[in-house]
Amino acid sequence: MTITEVPTSAAGNPIGFGRMKRKEDVRFVRGKGRYIDDINLPNMLHAAILRSPHAHARIISIDTSRAEAHPKVHAVITGAVLETLGLAWMPTMSYDTQAVLATDKVRFHGQEVAFVIADDRYSARDALELIDVEYEVLEPVIDAQRALDAGAPVIRDEKEGKTDNHIFDWEAGDAAATDAAFASADVIVKQAMLYPRSHPAPMETCGTVADMNPLSGKLTLYSNTQAPHAHRTVYAMVAGLPEHLIQVIAPDIGGGFGNKVPIYPGYVCSIVGSIVTKRPVKWIEDRSENLMSTGFARDYHMKGEIAATKDGKILGLKVDVLADHGAFNATAQPTNYPAGFFHIFTGSYDYGAAHCKVTGVYTNKAPGGVAYACSFRITEAVYLVERIIDCLADELGIDPAELRMKNLLRPEQFPYTTPTGWEYDSGDYPRALRLAMEIAGYDELRAEQAEKRTRGELMGIGISFFTEGVGAGPRKHMDILGLGMADGCDLRIHPTGKAQIRLSVQSQGQGHETTFAQIVSHELGIPPEDIQVINGDTDNTPFGLGTYGSRSTPVSGAAASVVAQKVREKAKIIAATALECSVDDLVWELGRWFVKGDPDQGKTIQELALLAHSSLELPDGVEGHLDAQAVYNPPNLTYPFGAYICVVDVDPGTGHVKVRRFIAVDDCGPRINPTIVEGQIHGGLVDGIGMALMEVIAFDKEGNCLGGSYMDYLLPTPVEVPTFELGETVTPSPHHPLGVKGVGESATVGSPPAVVNAVIDALKPYGIRHADMPLTPAQVWMTMQGKTLRTDLAFED
Amino acid sequence: MAATVNVSVTINGAERSASCEARKLLVHFIREDLGLTGTHWGCDTSNCGVCVVSMDGVPVKSCTVLAGMADGSSITTIEGLETADGLDPIQQGFIECHGLQCGFCTPGMMIAAKSLLDHNPNPTEAEIRDGLSGQLCRCTGYDNIIKAVQWAAAHQPESVQS
Repeated sequence: MTITEVPTSAAGNPIGFGRMKRKEDVRFVRGKGRYIDDINLPNMLHAAILRSPHAHARIISIDTSRAEAHPKVHAVITGAVLETLGLAWMPTMSYDTQAVLATDKVRFHGQEVAFVIADDRYSARDALELIDVEYEVLEPVIDAQRALDAGAPVIRDEKEGKTDNHIFDWEAGDAAATDAAFASADVIVKQAMLYPRSHPAPMETCGTVADMNPLSGKLTLYSNTQAPHAHRTVYAMVAGLPEHLIQVIAPDIGGGFGNKVPIYPGYVCSIVGSIVTKRPVKWIEDRSENLMSTGFARDYHMKGEIAATKDGKILGLKVDVLADHGAFNATAQPTNYPAGFFHIFTGSYDYGAAHCKVTGVYTNKAPGGVAYACSFRITEAVYLVERIIDCLADELGIDPAELRMKNLLRPEQFPYTTPTGWEYDSGDYPRALRLAMEIAGYDELRAEQAEKRTRGELMGIGISFFTEGVGAGPRKHMDILGLGMADGCDLRIHPTGKAQIRLSVQSQGQGHETTFAQIVSHELGIPPEDIQVINGDTDNTPFGLGTYGSRSTPVSGAAASVVAQKVREKAKIIAATALECSVDDLVWELGRWFVKGDPDQGKTIQELALLAHSSLELPDGVEGHLDAQAVYNPPNLTYPFGAYICVVDVDPGTGHVKVRRFIAVDDCGPRINPTIVEGQIHGGLVDGIGMALMEVIAFDKEGNCLGGSYMDYLLPTPVEVPTFELGETVTPSPHHPLGVKGVGESATVGSPPAVVNAVIDALKPYGIRHADMPLTPAQVWMTMQGKTLRTDLAFED
Repeated sequence: MAATVNVSVTINGAERSASCEARKLLVHFIREDLGLTGTHWGCDTSNCGVCVVSMDGVPVKSCTVLAGMADGSSITTIEGLETADGLDPIQQGFIECHGLQCGFCTPGMMIAAKSLLDHNPNPTEAEIRDGLSGQLCRCTGYDNIIKAVQWAAAHQPESVQS
């Protein structure tokens, strides 16, 4: 199914799928976006958070008297104040608890200790300096690999009976079958690898404006959350506020990438602050706070083993993971999956058996783990399998492209159930890899590499093939805090034929105002410029779990399609009534019902909208107006996939890696707006280059966060990345009403192993099989000297 | 309390003055005292560039300029790019080429890009990348930003083309 030519509207937009300029750009290019820090309410106060300077310390005392005496300070809230309200601790999305403001101990560098509310943001910051906290510094647990050592300090000793730092053990797959597969193998390759801690670091930090009306009891919470409805419900459950009196408004959001899914202590404190001061309270993070305390990503220590025959047929895969969750288990993912979707780690290949074991541990670091466009940890899974396949190729002396082609799932195997229970919906994997190799000129690149090696030049070619699983998810399998992962959609066609569609999902830059208008346009033939997309206001949109895990188009996009089809069917009844014919005699063409065999006898959707609101007498049981509601419960995840090839040049004198080319073939089913899809892929590729080469949140021995500013947490600028070469195959999802699969995270998930594989390939003359990300010049240089670094620790153990 | 200063600027062609604390950053002065929220605050360390404004024709990171240092200067922000004739080519280029997604980096990115074009009307791709190397974007991967600047270069009004 490819996109056929569609008619264009009077404004020149496609009526349905196709390239269309984004509706939202009109305000953004004029500086008229409305982000959280642009919201100013009358009498609004400003807040700042005092944070812990220690990774692990007991709080002996907190004296706020000097801060309270500051002439511009209205209130100082501490953990002791919250304790009186029962709010010192809050539940996390993983059924753990997290301190809102520390009471007994601080458990990571940057943890929230006190909340100051003042006339302006500078005064609030001044007053932080006037709070005196006495700490007794405790030994921290920084190295996750030592967290379970006997005698390790117990981080969560507030939990009754807790004597270690263990959170969970979780397994997937068949251990016995995997052992049997390994026993029959000619070759077994083992490789330990770290997916280090990184951070989504959206350009806009997190923030909120809380406005509790003391008379009505209504809380209006402006918050740059990716999940406004889920947040509303959680606030109701946690704080005991009545849900019908909570309105969460998410304005324009300056990037999310998973960073804006959780509820952070600052949000809760802002609500309390508004209750206490009876005035609106604004709290906006600064960059250091964002990097040091809000949801980080990854931190997976993986030991992989792969078994194969000597001619390269893969027989089995197993992996043992140590997952560093920080001081509170606050990962945001479907409840039944403590390791997220990591157990999709068998990837895109056909082999009999696999097994994974994941152990989660507490450390004295910020909480989080599931973020940064990771598709609930598929990022880590793809990295593991794509890296270890390259290790196997090296062991067997087979070209990594050939080894992949030999083992990729074949088109006729779909739907395919993996050894760990995922049912891949559709795919033609070899076609995608062939296309990527063709665009890259793979054979020519290998020839060039061979020639360069004779001259001592280090050129590398890296491949990755990924299968994503997005669009969480089926209610029977997936919920977050008991909330099923379905999404609602409301569609109203006004009498003049203009439409409004209300979504539960929340854009953070993905272009929902354009894409969802195109979906309705595709179903109803209304020009996209006549369709307004409304999201981000819980009082004015239906319930749903929000935008993350690439779920907007797979779930909410399906809801939009279904609700528009409901409207179309209702319009059919109205058309039959107006044309005095049977509904069975009507035929639909884009934007119009007409009588079969008599195309002149018909009514456009706009005419039918007016008729629906007119005095036309409708059949019994048919209500007037042209509105509908839908809730979409996805029957399965969708499984986008792709083949990526990265070409790098490594400077043998400095270890500096230059990404020369990046070829990305993505299959996300039909593309509603190809321009937007390509933009999302571009963004994800830069994420992958950043993670592979630059980005890491490391810690020193005392547990100080060393990635707490953009001077330390390095992100790619335009000079570190190439112009991307994209390709496309189209394999529709058989169970999605539009066949679309979602694409928001594909490139972030798929690209890091391509970059790392390319660098390791370049370093082959040094006999190197692996080095951990990020492959900074220092890491590459040390690797060339035969001594790779632990990139997550700034100290020798 | 902290000392205050009077700051007078010509911003987007209009004379504006306000009194503020001497320590106030230009980015907060523009956003809070002058009410122009198109300029954003991103990092405080001069790394991200979302706060870039043009000050006397030079792009500056307004998070590391004190408001008092801008006294007497002429400033252009994102709100000043559009004229009675319509959008500036750089604004139109970002729309045409999908040079933005969340839009948060866009104002600083466009001011920096416009400054680049003012000094180099026909930059190569490498020159564009270098000219925007003080700006971060987390959404676009820069590809379409480069194309947007190239589009703007190709659509400059006659008078400024070399």
